[in-house]
Amino acid sequence: MPRQLTQNRIQKIWIPSKDDKPATPRRPIGGPNLANPPTVIVMVGLPARGKTYISKKLTRYLNWIGMPTKVFNVGEYRREAVKNYSSYDFFKADNEHAVKIRQQCALAALRDVKCYLTEEGGQVAVFDATNTTRTRRDMILNFGRENRFEIFFIESVCDDPSVIATNIMEVKVSCPDYQDCNKTDAMEDFQKRIECYRALYQPLDPDQYDRNMSFIKVIDVGRRFLVNRIQDHIQSKIVYYLMNIHVQPRAIYLCRHGETLYNLQGRLGGDSGLSPRGKKFSESLSRFVEKQNLTGLKVWTSQMRSSIQTAESLGVPYEQWKALNEIDAGVCEDMTYDEVRENYPEEFALRDQDKYYYRYPAGESYQDLVQRVEPVIMELERQENVLVVCHQAVMRCLLAYFLDKSAEEMPYLKCPLHAVLKLTPVAYGCKVESISLNVEAVNTHRERPEEMKKCPGILSRRNSVTPLTSPEPNIKKPRMEDLENAFQEMPSSPPSLCTSSHLNVAGQNLKRKTSNSHEIPQHCQ
Amino acid sequence: MTSHDCVIMDTAPRELTQNPLKKIWMPCRNGLPDTRISQRRVCMTNCPTLIVTVGLPARGKTYISKKLTRYLNWIGVPTKEFNVGQYRRECVKIYKSFEFFHPENEEGLKIRRQCALTALNDVRQYLRVDGGQVAVFDATNTTRERRGTITRFADQNGFKVFFVESVCEDPAVIAENIVQVKLGSPDYIDCNSEEAIDDFMKRIKCYENSYQPLDEVLDRDLSYIKIIDVGRRYLVNRVQDHIQSRIVYYLMNIHITPRAIYLCRHGESDLNVKGRIGGDSGLSSRGKEFAKCLGKFIQGQNITDLKVWTSQMKRTIQTAEAISVPYEQWKALNEIDAGVCEEMMYEEIQGHFPLEFALRDQDKYRYRYPKGESYEDLVQRLEPVIMELERQENILVICHQAVMRCLLAYFLDKSAEELPYLKCPLHTVLKLTPVAYGCKVESVCLNVEAVNTHRDKPENVDPSRMPEEALLTVPAHQ
Repeated sequence: MPRQLTQNRIQKIWIPSKDDKPATPRRPIGGPNLANPPTVIVMVGLPARGKTYISKKLTRYLNWIGMPTKVFNVGEYRREAVKNYSSYDFFKADNEHAVKIRQQCALAALRDVKCYLTEEGGQVAVFDATNTTRTRRDMILNFGRENRFEIFFIESVCDDPSVIATNIMEVKVSCPDYQDCNKTDAMEDFQKRIECYRALYQPLDPDQYDRNMSFIKVIDVGRRFLVNRIQDHIQSKIVYYLMNIHVQPRAIYLCRHGETLYNLQGRLGGDSGLSPRGKKFSESLSRFVEKQNLTGLKVWTSQMRSSIQTAESLGVPYEQWKALNEIDAGVCEDMTYDEVRENYPEEFALRDQDKYYYRYPAGESYQDLVQRVEPVIMELERQENVLVVCHQAVMRCLLAYFLDKSAEEMPYLKCPLHAVLKLTPVAYGCKVESISLNVEAVNTHRERPEEMKKCPGILSRRNSVTPLTSPEPNIKKPRMEDLENAFQEMPSSPPSLCTSSHLNVAGQNLKRKTSNSHEIPQHCQ
Repeated sequence: MTSHDCVIMDTAPRELTQNPLKKIWMPCRNGLPDTRISQRRVCMTNCPTLIVTVGLPARGKTYISKKLTRYLNWIGVPTKEFNVGQYRRECVKIYKSFEFFHPENEEGLKIRRQCALTALNDVRQYLRVDGGQVAVFDATNTTRERRGTITRFADQNGFKVFFVESVCEDPAVIAENIVQVKLGSPDYIDCNSEEAIDDFMKRIKCYENSYQPLDEVLDRDLSYIKIIDVGRRYLVNRVQDHIQSRIVYYLMNIHITPRAIYLCRHGESDLNVKGRIGGDSGLSSRGKEFAKCLGKFIQGQNITDLKVWTSQMKRTIQTAEAISVPYEQWKALNEIDAGVCEEMMYEEIQGHFPLEFALRDQDKYRYRYPKGESYEDLVQRLEPVIMELERQENILVICHQAVMRCLLAYFLDKSAEELPYLKCPLHTVLKLTPVAYGCKVESVCLNVEAVNTHRDKPENVDPSRMPEEALLTVPAHQ
């Protein structure tokens, strides 16, 4: 007997029900479940080859598209275990005690990987370490086999000395290991550290030893790729993503269309034109763009009148993307929030309960938006200087991607009218500058209702998984019980080259949200 | 990925007007669209691209060429393949034997070179004059010298070049290729299989000695993908732009494992019966009957590891529920959004929006419903579905009329003009099986009555037409 269907109230998904009560869907069905067994992505490469950069970026992307992913950086475990980094001697191949500690750290990280993937709802774990020897990789493969995890290697190979030097300057000299060193000393020590690995480095061998492994070899920062045995959808997407990202310096400008007539009326959706202040904003935007003096700026708009009108003022070619259209408010299109509350009180309440997953009747949810906007993100990664003129919800989605904001936060990110956000990639993250163009506009931002802040949504969190950002708020400290013993056997450390304090530097911070200074500007009008 | 439109700019902000067909906002002067903007182009790359296949015979070059061409055209990039073997057949009417390809056959070499140059001329015509965006130059192109000629040609004409090399030494694969596509080629029309295979193997030998595969060092500045052993491994070098990136992604997702794709619509819905479009209604009793029959049919097919996909609309899910197989819901498979016309009958659309109704008949592919979608939008929306379909094996997709037309057009290489009029009746399953260079289609009607929802293009598409003329082709309903 075919089961009855009821429509889940938040996501408007039809699901079979028992006894007229909707069965809770097992996961937020934004799309098909395309990655069944958990996957462990294993980074491979000498130090300063961009492994952590790739790990973090990939993780950010996967989380954003709804695939719970987390990075496990073995270096961090090592820093937990060995409080004071003395010098590159630690990494010498014949430093037996250090070798033992490093091994323990890797094992501890793998234990946490297992926990994340089997108990905490993770789908993908990125194991970020050099993993330069066959022994180490074989150990990981066994771990994968025992636990039925798919293993996918990402190897970064690069021998261009200027790239390596730049990497070291960008992310190594300021890392906790070199807290109290000057740059030259740090650079020198790090170079020697690399040498420690080089002699034992066994790159992935597609012709013989590793011919049955699934992996991608990224050569010379993406000039060339070797892809071997892609097994499934997620690996295919990862490969596509890696082939589209680049490290060229550039800036991404995000802004909304100028204030519209609907904005003034407090109405949702529609396709209205700019108000006089909105037109003024467009002119200011044009002057702003000119002053930025950018080479080869691309301008993208949606296919809605307001964003195109805004772009028209710029006097440069622009491209219209339907995918950048504002979220479809379905039956609530053209209404004010008051009218929505009046006509659809239940919908109104549900939206506040779970704004990310909530889908307007005959409309879209933020979750739908992410899926819709994903090709835009992919193309943004390929591009260099771009200005995207879009809409509130869309801009929140894009911003959440760049600033690694969770699904919870995304619908409440502040994206006021008449302000431009300039994003510049820096170290492992993104620098944000907010530029208000000093043209008055209404505030269209609705805060998370107070009651919601205190208690979780009445509609239970399903058995679904909320996409996690990486790292998490209450990060589990690497489990170091076994390391205590190892540590005690170590001879007293030589006077430190540098002393490390608490962990808190670019890319290494264990606090939630984006890396260090990149908070969303809290201004609003 | 995207058919985003490029707009060229002028001076002061221009007024905007909305193109009545596609509902695209465009700048206008004096109330009329700025004529410079009327050229809509899919802007994926700044200059035309020449894809050049490389590889010994029977390595899948033509298979890849045709498939890639089909995909690019479907996503809206005008693409055409130029198969040099075809040019050779034109030139040398009767194929005698592999001797023609012998490296010392001067006459043969001369003709083959001439054919390549003729084909390149046609490429130039297509890309510079005929509005083509991508040309696929399908030949062995196994020597560096030949590839040099092509690269120079491309440079002179401002084309980007992207090589697609197929390398395979698995004798089973090669033998299978020969059986699948060579035996039936015009070259072997008067041979029996053994003779043909024997001759073809010798033909391959003729190329082997002079084959210079793309080299990691010597060809390091070229843009290419090397496909090894039918996709087990790929080497990708210097992808230059968006279209090359998409091509690589596509090539890495296709496979040749035999499988079947079943396409059908949901069972007849309550709105179908009333002659209304869109909406999210449930199945009628006949629709439920169909769902049951579909379940039985699928069981009877004895398919290994069948995946079932539906949209997120009630009627497709209800249909899948009857099959008792796990299914996955894709929002991307939802029916075309008819915007303000949702849940209307055609008669009502004619009544309320006669102009819209006429515009739709004029250009059904590009026509976008007010606040809704066009077929063109649908294709963009469905592209990730197609990509995933390529990755999958046995699969049943339960979807909707317009969506099914789009998917079918992809598999059967139908043009944008034909697509919106493909016949996809209710209660009929299409079984697609890849064969040779294309797709075999079997239509299975499950013998459960249903309304006809297919509306042919009427004779008169002018907005000034009488309602009766507009409604002539509306199928019967309650």
